[in-house]
Amino acid sequence: MSERLTAAVRRVFGGGDGLQGLMIQVAAILIAFIVGAAVLAVTGYSPVDAYVSMASGAFGSSYGVGQTLTQATPIVFTSIAFLIGLKAGLFNIGIEGQFLMGAMGATLAGVYLDGLPWVIHVPLTILVGMIAGALWSLIPAVLKSRFDAHEVITTMMLSYVATHFTSYLVNYPFKAPGWVAQSLKISGSAELPRILPPTQLSAAIFVAVIVTVASTYFLQKTIMGYELRATGLNPSAAENAGISIDRNILVSMALSGAVAGLGGACEVMGIHRRFIQGFSPGYGWDGLAVALVGGLNPVGSFFASVLFGALRSGGMIMTRATGVPLDIVKILQALVIMFVAAPKLIRALLRRER
Amino acid sequence: MTSAIQMVDITKTFPGVTANDNIDFSVDKAEIHGLLGENGAGKSVLMSILYGLYKPDSGDILVDGEKVDISGPSDAMRLGIGMVHQHFMLVPSLTVVENVILGREPTVNGVTLDMERMLRDVAESCKRYKLDVDIEAPVYQLPVGVQQRVEILKALYRGADVLILDEPTSVLTPGETEELFNAVRELKADGKTVIFISHKLREVLAICDRITVLKRGKVVGTVLAAETGEGQLAEMMVGRKIVYEFTKEAECGLEPVLRLEGLECLSDRGIPALRGLDLDLCGSEILGVAGVEGNGQTELVEAVMGLRELTGGSVKLDGQDITDTQPKTRIQMGVSHIPEDRHKRAIVPDFSVLENLVLGSQRDRFTRNGVSIDFAEAKRFSTDMINDYQIATPGPETLIRYLSGGNQQRVVVAREFSRDPPVVIAAQPTRGLDVGATEYVRRKLVEMRDHGAGVLLISADLDEIWALSDRVAVIYEGSIVAVKAVDETDVQEIGLLMAGGGNE
Ligand SMILES: Nc1ncnc2c1ncn2[C@@H]1O[C@H](COP(=O)(O)OP(=O)(O)OP(=O)(O)O)[C@@H](O)[C@H]1O
Ligand SMILES: [Mg+2]
Repeated sequence: MSERLTAAVRRVFGGGDGLQGLMIQVAAILIAFIVGAAVLAVTGYSPVDAYVSMASGAFGSSYGVGQTLTQATPIVFTSIAFLIGLKAGLFNIGIEGQFLMGAMGATLAGVYLDGLPWVIHVPLTILVGMIAGALWSLIPAVLKSRFDAHEVITTMMLSYVATHFTSYLVNYPFKAPGWVAQSLKISGSAELPRILPPTQLSAAIFVAVIVTVASTYFLQKTIMGYELRATGLNPSAAENAGISIDRNILVSMALSGAVAGLGGACEVMGIHRRFIQGFSPGYGWDGLAVALVGGLNPVGSFFASVLFGALRSGGMIMTRATGVPLDIVKILQALVIMFVAAPKLIRALLRRER
Repeated sequence: MTSAIQMVDITKTFPGVTANDNIDFSVDKAEIHGLLGENGAGKSVLMSILYGLYKPDSGDILVDGEKVDISGPSDAMRLGIGMVHQHFMLVPSLTVVENVILGREPTVNGVTLDMERMLRDVAESCKRYKLDVDIEAPVYQLPVGVQQRVEILKALYRGADVLILDEPTSVLTPGETEELFNAVRELKADGKTVIFISHKLREVLAICDRITVLKRGKVVGTVLAAETGEGQLAEMMVGRKIVYEFTKEAECGLEPVLRLEGLECLSDRGIPALRGLDLDLCGSEILGVAGVEGNGQTELVEAVMGLRELTGGSVKLDGQDITDTQPKTRIQMGVSHIPEDRHKRAIVPDFSVLENLVLGSQRDRFTRNGVSIDFAEAKRFSTDMINDYQIATPGPETLIRYLSGGNQQRVVVAREFSRDPPVVIAAQPTRGLDVGATEYVRRKLVEMRDHGAGVLLISADLDEIWALSDRVAVIYEGSIVAVKAVDETDVQEIGLLMAGGGNE
């Protein structure tokens, strides 16, 4: 069942092969912006003004670039986390929960493993975050490999559990003194440095780049990545080739959760420096959409994350400068996803132009 | 007399291949027309063009003498053209009737389904064309041969006057093939036209009025079936004579290479499929397993490969008990497997040819450090295999789904044989292969045997079993009812045993 689901998703969003796929993806995004312009025009705003201020807001200054990348960073992790599961044929839609558990794990390690030099404390905190995310995603993995429980249901449910569980932790046992539901601040030795003040951009962006490169290498070049993809594309043939399906469910879910957890850890270590209840506006859920827009590969996900980051950071500037309501950003995001989901339509449009 | 179908000067290219090269092809009304050609000759592409699945780069199609534009299957259906693909497109959970009427549901008042009429219409077509189907059974319960009849019914229900059958017999048992032929003759008598693709020359000669041979995208010629023979057809296709006869030299050592004792297991539906099956496979022999499909062949192969849980019995390889080992271990110990269902078990359609050739050896042959895949080596290997097995593909990086059926099978065979295995489990190894490739694969199987390998050959094709086997085992209802040396038995006896006649 979930094979059929993932196969369908792959067919729709996987783009074509190589260059053609990329072209279609880019064309879809352009068309989304054209339609967005029409929406702006109809509602009485100047599309040109809106887009110019959005673009210059997102990329026109080092401050804008910093904000864009800051917004993009967590989605890079969550989108890659999602696609690692999808490559193995698993629909891990509980990224949000794994992201939060990672953030919580990192927070606890950052706060309570005090007195370490940063060269040890930073990697250790990151590691704890990854393990927390991986353990959380292993629950549905075990349920699936043992009892055939469908991961769409279990990961989603566990995502809600994680949201409430982490809220509970920062409201009661680990609550910092004061009115806000948040943890204590992590120690300075566990912080990722800010690299472009006054923006919040931190060294997490480098971690994101490393994850992008490493996951590409992993999926394309390693035996494990190869086996994972084979399992996702045709489990019966994979099994026949001596690949254990159950083992691959565990491996890919654990990796998926680890990357999501890493994202949560980086968000805490680079930006908030503590776990604040509700700090994630749904980065995990965004990851699903962004992975699809990115054509289901890590590099594509990275750029799609930057696009979504730019829409957010540029959108805020645009609202301030032109009075266009921020909702247009939501509309644009939806349009992008919609057109990317319609590769046939885009192909037909492209052909007509020629 | 006007032709039912005329395809004029059809050309179709894909990146790197010209699949159809200025093809002229015409079929008369009420004719059974055979389409022959090597793997990748362009048969399926030509038919897909006729059915509107592909758009030709150039050329015209005339139906009943009139030029038409077919830009999708719905156009084709409107023009009375129906196609039965090798891959059935049925909804497994729906009944036969529901599948047949799907998309053309008769209604009482535009809303409510007219159940009675549905049943009546479909039952009538069954009777008229001698297609024996339980029309109220859900499709997933039906054997492949019957599912195919459902596909034919579906096409006829949509008003097909011209029926394209792309390799319909490659999935059928001899008995089912005979039934299909009766239905096809019935269609002809009713004035319908049939285009029939097959690699089995004998079938084509038996059923067709005329035969067109394609080679590398071009028409070699069209001949009358009555005026030609297997020899001429094979020569038109490959340009040389084909030899199917091999020397036999069975020789069983002290210890069989593969010993199966008391195997018991359940089928997917949970009923006993193997019931205490015993079988010894010696080195240097080809042991044919003959049987009517569905008597446990699939489960037997899966049990040997470790793909199915046993409820009893043991599997020994070279005297070593491997009953509880993983498939991976068995592959590494040298059990090669050519699966019967290519798309299900043998290939990953969205992997490249190279990636498919690596499948199964990714942890030994194609890695140097145990972590990453040695793509340079894989590339070298792929290039060799593409040359050795004459796999028609633009290159090793092409997705295997774009190869013709026979060329996909060559990839599988190349991969499995290249491991130089002591035991080969070959299930329908030449399914979908053209005569040249069939000869090649059979020669390879014999070569493997001559080098000391034990080959277990499971085939629905008695001719194949006869051509290759040193001994024949008959499987019936989940156990082996007889094992005979080929020169001490004959087709009649084996046929009787296959039908369960050995029990009294
Ligand atoms: N969608 C496609 N994309 C690229 N190449 C294709 C595509 N479909 C077919 N081809 C190529 O066109 C050629 C003809 O293929 P076709 O499927 O018609 O062969 P065939 O005669 O049916 O062979 P077989 O007997 O093996 O089924 C092959 O070389 C095949 O690789
Ligand atoms: Mg074909």
